[in-house]
Order: sequence, then C-alpha cells, then structure tokens
Amino acid sequence: MQELTADAAIELRGIEKSFGSVHAVRGASLRVERGSITGIVGENGAGKSTLMSILYGLHRADAGEILIDGKPVEMASPRDAIDHGIGMVHQHFMLIDSFTVLENLILGAEGGALLAGGLAAARAELGRLAGEYGLAVDPDARVGDLSVGEQQRVEILKVLLRGARILILDEPSAVLTPQETDRLLQILRLLRDRGVTVVLITHKLREILAVTDKVIVMRRGEVVAERRTAETRADELAALMVGRKVRFDLDKGPSRQGETMLAARHLSLVDGRGIRLLDDISLEVRAGEIVGIAGVSGNGQTELLQVLSGIRPPTGGEMEVCRRKVDAAHPADPAEMRALGVAHVPEDRLRQGLVPDFLASETSILGYQDREPFCHNYLMDGPAVGKYCADLMERFDVRPRTPGLRSANFSGGNQQKLILAREMARNPKVLLVGQPTRGVDIGAIEFIRRELIRSRDAGCAVLVVSVELEEILSLADRILVMFGGRIVGEVAAGEADERALGLMMAGARAA
Amino acid sequence: MEETLTLVVATLAATLRVATPLVLCAMGGLFSEKSGIIDVGLEGKMLMAAFFAAATASLTGSAWAGVGAAILAAEMFALLHGFACITHRGNQVVSGIAINILAMGLTVVLGTAWFGRGGQTPPLAGMERLNPIFFPVAGDNILVYVALLSVPFAWWVIERTRFGLRLRAVGEVPLAVDAAGISVSWLRYRAVLICGLFAGLAGAYLSIAQNAGFSRDMTAGQGFIALAAIIFGRWRPVPAFAACLAFGLLDAIAIRLQGVKLPGIGEVPVQLIQALPYLLTLFLLAGFIGRTVAPKAAGVPYEKEH
Repeated sequence: MQELTADAAIELRGIEKSFGSVHAVRGASLRVERGSITGIVGENGAGKSTLMSILYGLHRADAGEILIDGKPVEMASPRDAIDHGIGMVHQHFMLIDSFTVLENLILGAEGGALLAGGLAAARAELGRLAGEYGLAVDPDARVGDLSVGEQQRVEILKVLLRGARILILDEPSAVLTPQETDRLLQILRLLRDRGVTVVLITHKLREILAVTDKVIVMRRGEVVAERRTAETRADELAALMVGRKVRFDLDKGPSRQGETMLAARHLSLVDGRGIRLLDDISLEVRAGEIVGIAGVSGNGQTELLQVLSGIRPPTGGEMEVCRRKVDAAHPADPAEMRALGVAHVPEDRLRQGLVPDFLASETSILGYQDREPFCHNYLMDGPAVGKYCADLMERFDVRPRTPGLRSANFSGGNQQKLILAREMARNPKVLLVGQPTRGVDIGAIEFIRRELIRSRDAGCAVLVVSVELEEILSLADRILVMFGGRIVGEVAAGEADERALGLMMAGARAA
Repeated sequence: MEETLTLVVATLAATLRVATPLVLCAMGGLFSEKSGIIDVGLEGKMLMAAFFAAATASLTGSAWAGVGAAILAAEMFALLHGFACITHRGNQVVSGIAINILAMGLTVVLGTAWFGRGGQTPPLAGMERLNPIFFPVAGDNILVYVALLSVPFAWWVIERTRFGLRLRAVGEVPLAVDAAGISVSWLRYRAVLICGLFAGLAGAYLSIAQNAGFSRDMTAGQGFIALAAIIFGRWRPVPAFAACLAFGLLDAIAIRLQGVKLPGIGEVPVQLIQALPYLLTLFLLAGFIGRTVAPKAAGVPYEKEH
C-alpha cells in the first residue's frame, strides 16, 4: 500500500461536498499516477468539475483527504494548489481579453512589485516553452483578438509558466475544432512524456480513448468505475456513465421531403459598427428534413438563428417563411414568425429560452401566453396553465413533474426538454433549434434527438445549429458549414466525413 | 498685449485652482472603478472630508491636522462603501447614493451642533489654511501640486506595477484573479481605500485651501463631475486629467464672463454660465463619447458559484 501511494501524484480519499440540499460529491476516492494522462468522464452534474474544483482549492470539501505525492495537504484556496504544483485550465477561460498575452501569463506570478522584470522573464520563458512544446503564441497580441484555440494555449502556458507538474483540464475541447482538438491532444501527450501529470475532464469519449492511460467514471457524485483505457470501449464507458446501455446511432429512416418551408436568399446582416456578421447566406429547408448547420461557435450561427426567427431583421437579402416574404423593408417580429408556424428553441436557454425565476408552468407557455386557453380577457388562467404544463411534462419526460417549481431549479436537460416541449407542442411548420443538447446529460440527449427526428417525420422543416459535429452528423439529412458569417460548404449526410467538415469549419477549404 | 497675457495667465491659474479637486477625485475614483467598484459616493466622501478638514483646522489651528481629519473621514466612508459592496456584495450605486445623502445630512447636523452657524464652520485664516507656496495670487497651495503629481503616479501604478496589473484584472474578470490565487476582496478594499485617500485630499482642498471654511453642500456636484471626467477619459488617468482641466477651464471662463457684456449677445445670465459645466457633463455622458469602455466587472459584486 505504501508503495502504491508513493507513485500517485494525486490521491483523493472519501471526498464529500454538498451545496445546500444538493449532494454533489459523495465519498469520491481516486488515484492519479504520476506522469500519466487520466480521464474523468461522467454526465453533466456527475460531480467531476466539482471534484476537480475541490482539488484546485476553489471549493472546500466537507469531508475527505487530499494527498499530493503521498502527503496529505490542505487546499484552502487556489494559492495552495498552485504552491503544490497544480495548475488548472478551466472550461471558461480565466483570461482578460483587454490584456496582452504576456500580461495574462504573469497575472498572479509577477515576480516582483514592478512589472518590467516579470514581463521580460515571462517573454524569455515563453520562447523556451514555445520551442519545447510547440505552443507558439504572439506575446504582445491582445488576448481578445486571439482564436479560441490560441487562448487555450495561453491558458496552458500560464500553468506551465508557474512550474506546474499536475495539469487539470476541464472540458478543454468544448470550443475547439476537430483539428484544434487533435493539436491539443498532441500537446497533452508531449506534456506527459516530459513527466507532467495530466487530468482530463470531458464528456467526449473519442478524446478519452485517444489520449488517456486510465479512465475514471463518475455518476451522481460517486466514482463508479475505473478502467485502463486500453481495456475498455466507448459503449462500455457510456453505459457506465448513465448506468445503462446507451445507443449512439439513432435509427432514423430516410427523410420524406415536402415543399420548401423556409428559404433564405443572399441574406446579410451588418451591425451598427459596420461589421458583416452574415454574408450572402442562401439556404432552403424543406418539410420533412433536418438541415444541420455545423461550425465553430461564433461564426455567425447565433446571428443566423436570430434573423431566421425574426429577432433581428436582415440588412440585406430576403427570406421566405411559410410563403411570407421577409426582408429589410418588411421585417417580421418573433410573434409574427410564431404565428406563421415558426418555432424557435434558442441557443442560450437561460437568457432567451426561459426566465430562470419563472415557474415551470410559466416557462411552458412563454411566447404563447396571450392565447386561449391560457389567457382570457387579459387575465391569466393559472390552473389551465398548470394543467397544460403537467401534460407537457408527462409527454416530454420532464423531471421532476412539478409545474410549480422555479425553472432555474431544473437541470439543464430538463429545462431544454421543457422548452422543446413548448415549441413542439404547437406542431410548428418550421422548427429552429440552436445547440439542442448543450449542457444536457447523456440520457436527455438521446431523448431530445429522438424528438427532433420524430418532428421531422411528422413533416416539420427542422434547422439544427450545433457546435457538436457528432450531433450534426447523427441528426442532419443535409449539412451546411458556416465560417466567418458565410456558408462555406454543403454536404449530404451520407457523404459527410468528419475530417473534411473540420477543415471547412476552420475555414481551410470550401467545398 | 500685456493685458491679454495677464488675462490668459489668470484664467489658466483659475482653471488649475478649480480643476484641482476634480483631478484628485477623478484619480481616486479611477482606482476604485478600475477594480470594479463603481463610486457614486465620491461627492459624499469629499463633502465629509471638507467638513472635517475645516472643523478640525478651526479647532486645532492646524491645517495639517485638518488634512489628516479629512482623509480619516473620507476613509471611514470608503470603508463603509467597501463593507457594503465588497463584503456584503450590495448594490454599488445604491451604496454610493446612500453615502451622498448621509454626508449631506451629517455635515449640516454636526456643523449646526458644533458651531451653530447654520451649517458653516468658523472662517479660517493663517495657519488654519493651506496657503500658496510660490505665487500668492495664483493660489498654488501644496494640494495643487499633489493633484498634478497624482496623474503620472496613477498612470505609473496602474500600468507599471504588480498592484496595477491585478487591479485592472480584478475589474475585468475577478474570477480569473481568484483562480490565480489572489484575493479579490483585499484588492478591491485597497482600491477603495486609495479612492478614499484622494477624495479626502479633494475635500480638504475645498474647505481649507480654496475656501476659508466649510459651507453646506459646498461640493456642489463636483464629485459627479469627476465621475464624468473618468468616463470621458475612458478610465485612463491622462485623458481623465484632461477632462478635469476642460471642466476647470469652462468654470474659469464662466467666472470671467459674469457681468461681462458680450458684443451682439449682451450680458449672459449668470445662471446659464454656472450651469455650463453641468450641461457639458450631461452632454458628454448622454452620448457624445459613444460606446464607453468601462471595466467589464464594474458594478458587479464578486460571488463564487455556490
């Protein structure tokens, strides 16, 4: 036992953590060997990020022990973790956009009361690390001007610059293109070979299988399994994560396409500062098909959904929605779009899809609140709304089935199911869906995708925007790729291959 | 010719005199705002400082004791603001307004109770005031020079020191500062205290240097004008300083113009002239400067998730 402990860089024993009534981590114990890459997988809310935040000193454990290099340590704040050689790359980057790369790198490790010395030292060290690990970035660039992949490199450099021997990455590939992800995985291998211990938190099994030595599976706050990566497979891990068998391949029949319900011709959108957000977008969605829009986040998908749903009028071009023409001179607001039969499940659930403080029953009629039977003569009919919501919850398996609960108190997956239920219950002619399964657990992902396909089979024209390529590939009948506000490629689902799509998403090639 | 020169010099000197409290206030406010703490309470802090400076100078006979009391009074209010906004994550604007109201009332109540002159302090003279150093006519007392030096000092601290880097960072992304192992609260408290120090000096200037005693509401919105100068200067020391000078110049010209008949216009009403700096403030804030570049986290209390 003594010997086993000695080669563990990190050992957690019986970690417990509750937030109010939520028991986030339940007696989790795990070991991470020195100089290895260990993956931690689990659904959203399984406790993996919380566990790592405890290790990094951002949260304090209610009970349990943390051992670094076999010695028990106290992690009261990130300072302690940094002092023990632990560095963390957070899911949401801890970078300051208005700072240069160098300024970001030295924040917290300035090396003296004046900046000049620290900046010079960091510049020299940066040159060395860039050579050693292939982590090149321009030290004087403003971080806000860098691509997401480069920003992540800055985060990793920040950790290395502090001499960290243990590197924790929280969902590092969530914002990257497949190529950038491959590049990241290469860097991680290189780091391991130089003796750095890497912990990778992710829900992407492909990365786990590609790069880790060992996988730890968490479910509902507990460590439920541990496998050598070489001895496991994706379906086994997925089953362990959700506690049952999960099917990735949706059995979806061929699409039976009807007439065009949504068409855009040369749509463009220029904002107040003259920046072209959408550029010459032409697309068609027919009844009974799912068109998927792939792309790295921030390439105009958000704006496209806003224009198509009537939130923002286009500045050029026109679109035809259920035979109504819309252009800059004849805009249609979201209410009119809804009346035409366009339903919209927005990307940003918490800001556009629902009001967190509203009850679930109120969320379930948001946007339809002035219609019968919810409202007569300017007065809301509470019981009717509650009954309607309960019915939707039953049909779309929203849990808990409590119409009187605040929307914010539902998990991401159940909020999404509720919004989807609201929009699909009206049998729309056109369904616009942004990031259908972002922040949604695996069980709900399967359900949501099935519902989208059911909607397609019922003759709805469905447009899905997602940054998850795998999602687009499994749902769409036709795939459009967006880059820099333009549609740079179109591929039929059968002919799509991930690599070619990835290149298009990175703007490297137009098809 | 010589007359024109005298007029120009006199106007410039007046500009500097009027701009001094604005500059001090703006530099102090800059530190606070850079750290993410909006300080609407500059006005109140300055007013408290002005009162305690005059009261202490009058009671002790020492201008320096007055300066010390002014700083102390402003710091108390700065700590109050910090306690409400940093420790208890309260609304920064509400806290600032509360401080202004409190200062307005407290100075009058204490003034009436202690001196019984309708809220005024007894007139100060001699060593009870900060007197001009080189040019008696220009009114170049020590605080004018402190104000001038505070600008390069603020720039240097914010741009060239570790504290400045962290200060800028905490006003943008406090979570990043926390994750780097630096205390968000302690950084912000220090920023608020620096702000109190400068507001204290500005207040002392008003009552024991520029004027010979405290009169009720003597700050007359200068704290807000300083705030406008910060915004107009886009949260950078040198442009904020320039904005303060612009306000000062406007004020100096307004004083010159009083009672003067302009050709073709006639005598400009005093009220209009006195309203000029405030009109400029409104004009600037209302949209002339367009999209501002405030520190991203300004006004947002820092809370860890859970």
